[in-house]
Amino acid sequence: MTIVTHSRTAKRGTYTPSAALVKDVLAGRAIAIARMISRAEEGYPEAAEALAELYKHGGNAHIVGITGVPGAGKSTLVSALIKAYAAEGRKVGVIAVDPSSPYSGGAILGDRVRMSETAAAGGAFVRSMATRGHLGGLTRATLQAVDVLDAAGYSPIIIETVGVGQDEVEVVTAAHTVVVLSAPGLGDDIQAIKAGILEIADIHAVSKCDKPEASATVSALQGMLSLGGGSGSHWTSPVLPVSAVSGERIAELKDAIGAHWAHLHDTGELAARQRAICKTRILGTARHLFQQKFQQESATLETHIRAVTERRMDPSVAARALLGWEEIR
Amino acid sequence: MTETNLGDAATAEAPETIRVLVAKLGLDGHDRGAKVVARILRDAGMEVIYTGLYKTPKDVVHAAIQEDVDVIGVSLLSGSHVPLFRELCRCLREEGAEHVLVVAGGVIPEQDYAALLESGVDAIVPQEARSDLIVTTIEGLIAARGRI
Amino acid sequence: MTDTTLFSTQAIDNIRESQAEWEEGALAAFLKTRPEEKAVYETESGIPLKRIYTAADVADIPAEELGFPGAYPFTRGVYPTMYRGRPWTIRQVAGFGNPEATNQRYKYMIQTGQTGLSTDFDLPTLLGLDSDDPMAFGEVGRVGVAIDTMEDVDRLFDGIDLEKISVSLTINPSAWVVYAMFVAVAEQRGLDLHKLTGTLQADPLKEYVAQKEWIYPVRPAVRLLRDLIMYSAKATPKINPVSLSGYHLSDVGGNALQEIAFTMAFTISYCEEVTKAGMDIDDFAPRLSFFFISHQDFFEQICKFRAARRVYAKIMAERFNAKKPESMRLRVHVQTAAMSLTKVEHHNNLMRTAIQALGAVLGGCQSMHTNGLDEAFAIPTEEAMKLAIRTQQIIREEINVTSVIDPLGGSYFIERLTKDMETEMWKMLDEVQERGGAIQLVEEGWFQQKLADSAYATFKKIDSGEKISVGVNKFADEASSTADVHIHPYDDHCTQLQIDRLKIIRANRDDARIKSLMAELVEQARSDDVNLLPTTIELVKAKATLGEICSALREVWGSYDEPMIV
Repeated sequence: MTIVTHSRTAKRGTYTPSAALVKDVLAGRAIAIARMISRAEEGYPEAAEALAELYKHGGNAHIVGITGVPGAGKSTLVSALIKAYAAEGRKVGVIAVDPSSPYSGGAILGDRVRMSETAAAGGAFVRSMATRGHLGGLTRATLQAVDVLDAAGYSPIIIETVGVGQDEVEVVTAAHTVVVLSAPGLGDDIQAIKAGILEIADIHAVSKCDKPEASATVSALQGMLSLGGGSGSHWTSPVLPVSAVSGERIAELKDAIGAHWAHLHDTGELAARQRAICKTRILGTARHLFQQKFQQESATLETHIRAVTERRMDPSVAARALLGWEEIR
Repeated sequence: MTETNLGDAATAEAPETIRVLVAKLGLDGHDRGAKVVARILRDAGMEVIYTGLYKTPKDVVHAAIQEDVDVIGVSLLSGSHVPLFRELCRCLREEGAEHVLVVAGGVIPEQDYAALLESGVDAIVPQEARSDLIVTTIEGLIAARGRI
Repeated sequence: MTDTTLFSTQAIDNIRESQAEWEEGALAAFLKTRPEEKAVYETESGIPLKRIYTAADVADIPAEELGFPGAYPFTRGVYPTMYRGRPWTIRQVAGFGNPEATNQRYKYMIQTGQTGLSTDFDLPTLLGLDSDDPMAFGEVGRVGVAIDTMEDVDRLFDGIDLEKISVSLTINPSAWVVYAMFVAVAEQRGLDLHKLTGTLQADPLKEYVAQKEWIYPVRPAVRLLRDLIMYSAKATPKINPVSLSGYHLSDVGGNALQEIAFTMAFTISYCEEVTKAGMDIDDFAPRLSFFFISHQDFFEQICKFRAARRVYAKIMAERFNAKKPESMRLRVHVQTAAMSLTKVEHHNNLMRTAIQALGAVLGGCQSMHTNGLDEAFAIPTEEAMKLAIRTQQIIREEINVTSVIDPLGGSYFIERLTKDMETEMWKMLDEVQERGGAIQLVEEGWFQQKLADSAYATFKKIDSGEKISVGVNKFADEASSTADVHIHPYDDHCTQLQIDRLKIIRANRDDARIKSLMAELVEQARSDDVNLLPTTIELVKAKATLGEICSALREVWGSYDEPMIV
């Protein structure tokens, strides 16, 4: 059984240098934006300068992180938000992050299944990203993708991740506004608590509010938050029941996201948030670079592992040596 | 193949990940094959974006561009492959995305192969094809096209 | 009922003893010189198979589990005389192009000896879209006949006496509209509605998990079926308003156990909906019908039919307290397995289909569609359909398999496997129940995930060569080509003709009346306890189109978003 291919006019591609893509990204051309995101994701050194240039043009977008346990209905919710924003004529960007297979490194990314494409989405830009298993690299790649969309004029930009795994949570906390989605009936307890992501929420959403169990989840969350006490901030995280399926109360969620953004501006909290985000990004990227460096210098790492195993060296001396902070004796 | 200086890009630490949009076009609800292929490609280390059912050619091209995929794979069992692939390839050209490779699968009689290739389809995968052949064909098409 | 075993304890002990002797002696010696080809033997669905079955393997099965044909629990067949009284109905499905093209094919098949009609609809019709809808691009009249208005239904059955021949309609999410058109045509012809016979597929839950044709979210779709069942029970009592379809579950990857267990789970949900609405189980259950596949694993398929009859009978008797025997008998239409057909050396498909058809007969089916040998390419040609009909006729007329009822009954192997399959089906049904019932699990994508996993597992077996397809992954002939296979041509003018007819219809009808009826229908849809059929019938009589009616209700119920399952 053979596969028939088109030999006569096989497609040829040409590599457009990243520097040449910048202009098109700023002009909002989808192909250039998408290509630039790919290069950021792959970590092409060739693209570094272009990404740095695009970064200068950013800083205008409201970045919204949405997370929740699997099955909570995140992509349905995001799809409903896209429609709501599109109806207002806003250019929404979405980065939907899903896990890569630990076995093959591949992934199946299905967020588009629930997103209507051209008709209802208006000018939305939706990009699916796999975690690719790189430590710290996810934050770097995702936020560089956000930079590209930001420079292209998208706002809000939604980052959607599964709220399990340190990297996925870290990405979401690098947003201006964090929405944590809980679903009723997935367990006795609120799953977000188990996943440890409750405290990062600026807004709580409870999905499937048409189900009878939803109100119990809402009151449980409200009860929990009232115990938390004041954190110095004047923002009280609202608990909003939503039903993405029927589009119910999506407007309320959208308004709450807008209200939080206004709150950040009005109280001056935005500067602190921005600072925290930059810190996360720098440290996250640094961690990723260290990781890469060790992988590239695996021979040195091997030498150190052997030395530590044989107790000729202690782990902390080896680590410092690996970072080039101390000579090996 | 067009010779291009990739500069530092060629030395990127990880091999470039292949991204494939597995799509269903039109009203055909048979998604068994599309889902099996999605898993095959994932298990071969590719990133697969699955569109779900009932997409128009325009929808699929829109998604393929935003996702910056190397390949669009469409499985059709409804017999309407000739008009739908023609429209898909036309939309790709219209959007300036001819670099995206198009692979057709499903129930496609050999009698229609010429028409599909003519309209811009790059490869036709028969239902009986083994998984390794599907994977190497995609890899081969991308290698021949070159990095973009 | 007392449990009586078929064999004496003494006889079983003797058999066990001599089997042990045989295993340790002759068998062990033989295995040393010639080991068996495989380490493990099992059915397609993974039930382990022994080397040989004896009376000891069926000693625990009470005689009542077998019973007699036409009597509870119907293991041996649903009618007392089975094929001696009336052979199964040869019911080849057909549908393509405009209604008159399909009508011609019907007349040809009746002339060839077909005894029942069956209609395939094109995708726009199935999904509630008119032929001029932009989403219908390229699909009109392609995999079935295009129906937009009741006039199309009239053309489809032109010159065919609907009081005499039974008509099966393979229609799903838009079934209630097509039923309305069918009734309207019958009334227009002055026919007695009580004499109409036939079947609608109209099985919504399996659509969401298998065939994937949907319009509305799950619950409104089930409500439409409920309305159809309840209306049909009174207005057209000899029509089966639903054909619960395991075939598609198999087609999408399900094994024989999943096919039956999931179908039964859906059956339970439908029966609950109808009885909740106040109809007695015995007033509609006799008209529930079923549609299963006859697949490749020959004995497993035969046992599947037997086990399914038993499971259904018990569900109806024990769970729903049905009283009439007709409520407990599982009448099944069978289609051979399209998935087993190959493009390569496509003549081999004749043999595959013949064997699967024989399995369906030995399993006790009531009607059958045998696939055309060219169905791996396109919908079948006239010639291919003739061969398919001949296949059934040869089984029926030439090889004397219809004289004895349930001829394999009593085989140690058949009875053991039937029982094992039944046990596994109950386990699956219990799990569905524990997880909240079929409707909820469809919404959550539970069935979808099970079937996708099963499909991938099957693919892996084929890919590795463990599951053999002759001519494809074993005995492949590199020189074979399929380029010269004659396939069914598509009529390019079919779309335009449908569109032109829609234009004429829309220009010549009472729009004000349609508007007010449509408003009424929408209002009725908002409350759960009104039957939508009467107003729908009025609408189709007023020349409202299928697409108009379906889209009006989309405004009330919204459309369905599939869960992300790969």
